[in-house]
Amino acid sequence: MSLIKEHGRITLAERPAIRDLERRLFLRQGLSIGALTLLTGCDVTDTDAVDGVLRSISRWNDRVQAWLFNPNKLAPTFAESQIDHNFRFNAFYPESKAPVIDGATWRLQLDGRIADKRPWTLAQLTALPQESQITRHVCVEGWSKIGKWGGVPLGRFLRQVGADTTAKYVGFTCADGYSSSMDMATALHPLTIMALTFADQTLPRKFGYPMKIRVPTKLGFKNPKFITAISVRDDNPGGYWEDRGYNWFSGI
Amino acid sequence: MRHDHPDGPTRLVTIHPLIVRLCHWGNALAILLMIGSGWKIYNNAPLFAFTFPAWATLGGSPSPAWHRHGDIGYAGALLWHFAAMWLMFAASAAYLSYGLLSGHFRKTLLPVTPAGVAHDVADALTGRLDHRLGVRNQVQRLLYIAAIAGIILMLLSGLAIWKPVQLQELTALFGGYDTAREIHFFGMCGLVLFLAVHLGLTALVPKVLPPMITGRGYVPLDVLEAESRR
Repeated sequence: MSLIKEHGRITLAERPAIRDLERRLFLRQGLSIGALTLLTGCDVTDTDAVDGVLRSISRWNDRVQAWLFNPNKLAPTFAESQIDHNFRFNAFYPESKAPVIDGATWRLQLDGRIADKRPWTLAQLTALPQESQITRHVCVEGWSKIGKWGGVPLGRFLRQVGADTTAKYVGFTCADGYSSSMDMATALHPLTIMALTFADQTLPRKFGYPMKIRVPTKLGFKNPKFITAISVRDDNPGGYWEDRGYNWFSGI
Repeated sequence: MRHDHPDGPTRLVTIHPLIVRLCHWGNALAILLMIGSGWKIYNNAPLFAFTFPAWATLGGSPSPAWHRHGDIGYAGALLWHFAAMWLMFAASAAYLSYGLLSGHFRKTLLPVTPAGVAHDVADALTGRLDHRLGVRNQVQRLLYIAAIAGIILMLLSGLAIWKPVQLQELTALFGGYDTAREIHFFGMCGLVLFLAVHLGLTALVPKVLPPMITGRGYVPLDVLEAESRR
């Protein structure tokens, strides 16, 4: 409807030729909106009732995926030669808006059901035993890229700081306004890591310096970048895209 | 009950049992929802150098979706796709179980032989094909077998790209994630092609439509006799 309103405003132009052109455009837009409603029921998605049903099914899909998730099943790994070197930047903003973080003053905050909540410095995290993986990053959009990440296994870290691993959720807060969360089973999966490197180099700014969560058992948007805080809790923290209708579990 | 009809003496019989009709319409709805939402998902990251027209996609018109979700309708498309998959799965599983266990497939889809198909194609091209209710020619049978195979292919390739870690053996069977994604795309093309032919033929011989709704129709006696001998 807003399309019509926008064009309605433009039709106030005084020159008849432009007015005529705009009128035709107005009709065409009106028609295409009518066609949307008739042919595909697109507007149907935008009603609360249908939206509610679709979201209930999405919650059901969360449960099915949690059931399907095998905590011991590793993601397929690849050879160095299979790595995609043109790895792409992905966020809800352009690359130029990616936050610039000073690794020296950056701290990882811990929150929720964690015994030792003292913040961590980048140097402390780098001093922990590191592991690397060459895995496939699968985007919710359908494309995929094979990359190499290295860092601290999240499960090992959570146990080290005395996190209650019987809690249901692990939430992540990011410096760019993004957030995400995952089930505890996935957080404890051996390939879920707090990544500090990408392609054997310090994690570049565009891929989330100084730390991103690399979780090869979930879709790309469940791999948050620029992490500033980790919380362990029993209420679902949701996330940026999760709150906008993306399936929460999004396991692959 | 006998009935006078241009096809000769007929009898009102059940052509499509209730279970077949439910599965047919359930799958019809599911496939339309899957195609509409799938096209919108495709448009977000096109495999090839084209996108589907927005009016033919499903998932929410951009403006209200942006207002509501802060997303241009892509989240809605994903919600539709992963909801309709259950309908497609349920309708297909019920239809396949019924078809295999009741002998429905054996009775209605077989036999199909290259010679039989060639013969019926020739008949169709010369306008001699038997269009009476209850008669399924071999081209039709082949088309339905292909459609059933296509739906199974879509379900399996869909699972392979939905769960390339948990079901990685299935994904590997499809040649890996990227190939499975392409197979899912071309499988969709096949189903769209089937839909076009299926709807086109229904438009040409519209008397086949009411029995798919009510289940019943007047079938010529000689067709019934031929069927009872199988």
